[in-house]
Amino acid sequence: MEVCDVKTTTFSRTPFVFRIAQSLDRRAWIALVVAALVAFVLIPLLHLAIPADSIFHLSDYFITLGGKILCYAIVAVALDLIWGFAGILSLGHGLFFALGGYAFGMYLMRQIGRDGSYQSDLPDFMVFLGWKELPWYWYGSDSFLWSVLLVLVVPTLVAFVFGFFAFRSRINGVYFTIITQALTFAAMLLFFRNETGFGGNNGFTDFKRILGFSITSPETRVVLFALSALALMLTLVFVNYLMKSKFGRVLVAIRDAESRVMFLGYNPLWYKLSVWTLSAMLCAIAGALYVPQVGIINPSEMSAANSIEMAVWVAVGGRGTIIGPVIGAGIVNLAKSWFTMSFPQYWLFFLGTLFIVITLFLPDGLVGLWNRLRRMRGGESA
Amino acid sequence: MSDTQLTLDPEVGDGYGGPGEVFGHTLRPGELDLSHKVILYLEDITVSFDGFKALNKLSLTIDAGELRCIIGPNGAGKTTMMDVITGKTRPDSGRVFFGQTLDLTQMTEPEIANAGIGRKFQTPTIFDRLSVFENLELAMKADKRVRSTLRARIDSEQQDRIAETLDLIRLGDQAHRLAGLLSHGQKQWLEIGMLLMQEPKLLLLDEPVAGMTDDETERTAELFLSLAGRHSLVVVEHDMAFIRQLGGKVTVLHEGSVLAEGSLDMLQNDPRVIEVYLGR
Repeated sequence: MEVCDVKTTTFSRTPFVFRIAQSLDRRAWIALVVAALVAFVLIPLLHLAIPADSIFHLSDYFITLGGKILCYAIVAVALDLIWGFAGILSLGHGLFFALGGYAFGMYLMRQIGRDGSYQSDLPDFMVFLGWKELPWYWYGSDSFLWSVLLVLVVPTLVAFVFGFFAFRSRINGVYFTIITQALTFAAMLLFFRNETGFGGNNGFTDFKRILGFSITSPETRVVLFALSALALMLTLVFVNYLMKSKFGRVLVAIRDAESRVMFLGYNPLWYKLSVWTLSAMLCAIAGALYVPQVGIINPSEMSAANSIEMAVWVAVGGRGTIIGPVIGAGIVNLAKSWFTMSFPQYWLFFLGTLFIVITLFLPDGLVGLWNRLRRMRGGESA
Repeated sequence: MSDTQLTLDPEVGDGYGGPGEVFGHTLRPGELDLSHKVILYLEDITVSFDGFKALNKLSLTIDAGELRCIIGPNGAGKTTMMDVITGKTRPDSGRVFFGQTLDLTQMTEPEIANAGIGRKFQTPTIFDRLSVFENLELAMKADKRVRSTLRARIDSEQQDRIAETLDLIRLGDQAHRLAGLLSHGQKQWLEIGMLLMQEPKLLLLDEPVAGMTDDETERTAELFLSLAGRHSLVVVEHDMAFIRQLGGKVTVLHEGSVLAEGSLDMLQNDPRVIEVYLGR
């Protein structure tokens, strides 16, 4: 034991940021710089500086759709962390996403101030219910920092408690998946109730301001978009670091042969629990960034279909890869916005077909297909 | 691990043999104590599944450094016995001690593994999607808590240890191949290599040469013989030629308890053993 401690202290002398930077190869650095230039310079310029009648102008619609997809991409990476690497499929990530969204939505509701339809200090739905004062869990929600803290802590805590009991009881595979789905469903029913104090089935909407700035102004939109891009990039860098560490290899080992991992002296409980909790936290951050951009959060975010769709993003992109989920979330959601505009009635059929085709023919998703094609080409030239 | 130590102060003596006489020795809770030259005690172990007694008052002791073979017909309780020792199955009654002090029935699987018991499964259980090298790296004796795996990096000493083990299990040229692509015999060897990386005091090997070629079987026997002495080995096997090669004491299990114990030659002439194996 003592020998090990000495070793870890010598390692920890390398600062954390340094170790993270070392985990990236040259290609990853180039990709990051390009992505940063596009997200922080090019897109804001095209939206703000180019006049609206130019064909190079990016519309509000594009910025919002882009920001939304970036948030979904964070969710997909978070889900891949637990599903792709640790082999635990969750169909309850919609819950953590929504909890993050609701926690931040409370702040946005308070920012409306007296500009609501009832011109009251209370959010409109509370006035409508005849409530005279804020419920206790709304206290502090007018503070931005408190709300950010709630976003980070509440969903993480829910995930920790649920995960602790589930993993300690060694609930695995499909049983775990079903329980996560049930948990989300129960939470949705709870949030549908007006008495819960989160706006019932209407949820939160009609936001006006964030930190005093108008929430619909082009500048605010661009900032939120850029923040989402930043959050996604940091997530990717961190997940990449995790998966290249010994911790990541233990996760893969747990996925492949959990009993062997135990008999090697690792306790899978703490590995699963830490990655599960981290995944939930990332989802919550994505949810908090999503709500101000989309302008609404309601219990349907916790519907079964939503959480299943998240799994489809990961499967389409490629499970167990780092960039795959981002690609999956992007492609599926672009297809979704096109379908829901052109053929709204066929979207679910398309989604179902896509899932079946991917599972049957591309178990490693699009990234797997890409790798296979590259190998084939390499094989021919050799 | 707790810092409390149950110590009998040698300066004070025990009150029986006069002052200064050393009575007993320092007990360190959580550490393996081999002072009585015995590494494993199984005492009256009973395990039943739905009324069927997989183990029935099984008692067995393994000496430190011993190489013990265990044989017995199917359903004799060999694998259940290993499950009990490694913490996978809790006995209904009976006691299991590792050395003098460690009560294995109170410990979890990872705790037992870290205390120094390594186990090889009947079918090779390795990590298919990791390379041979990474399989050995994960098995290596180290602090296995989450916090330290986040930081761990392999130093040159550990690199050498992995290289040594790779040579020993003859997978030196396969180090960076995915473990899932190895042949069956190679997988068996990789799992044995992983066991060695754990630096266990006691190795439990469930049918280690199943599916190996004659040549591989012979080399495995040599390896095990070289390990005995420094390690204690418990080998469950059906291959009598392999057991003969290992020499050592053999225990016959039947219907969940020990039927006979002794050298292989002696057992092969024992009418009770013959009856169990050949039937009436």
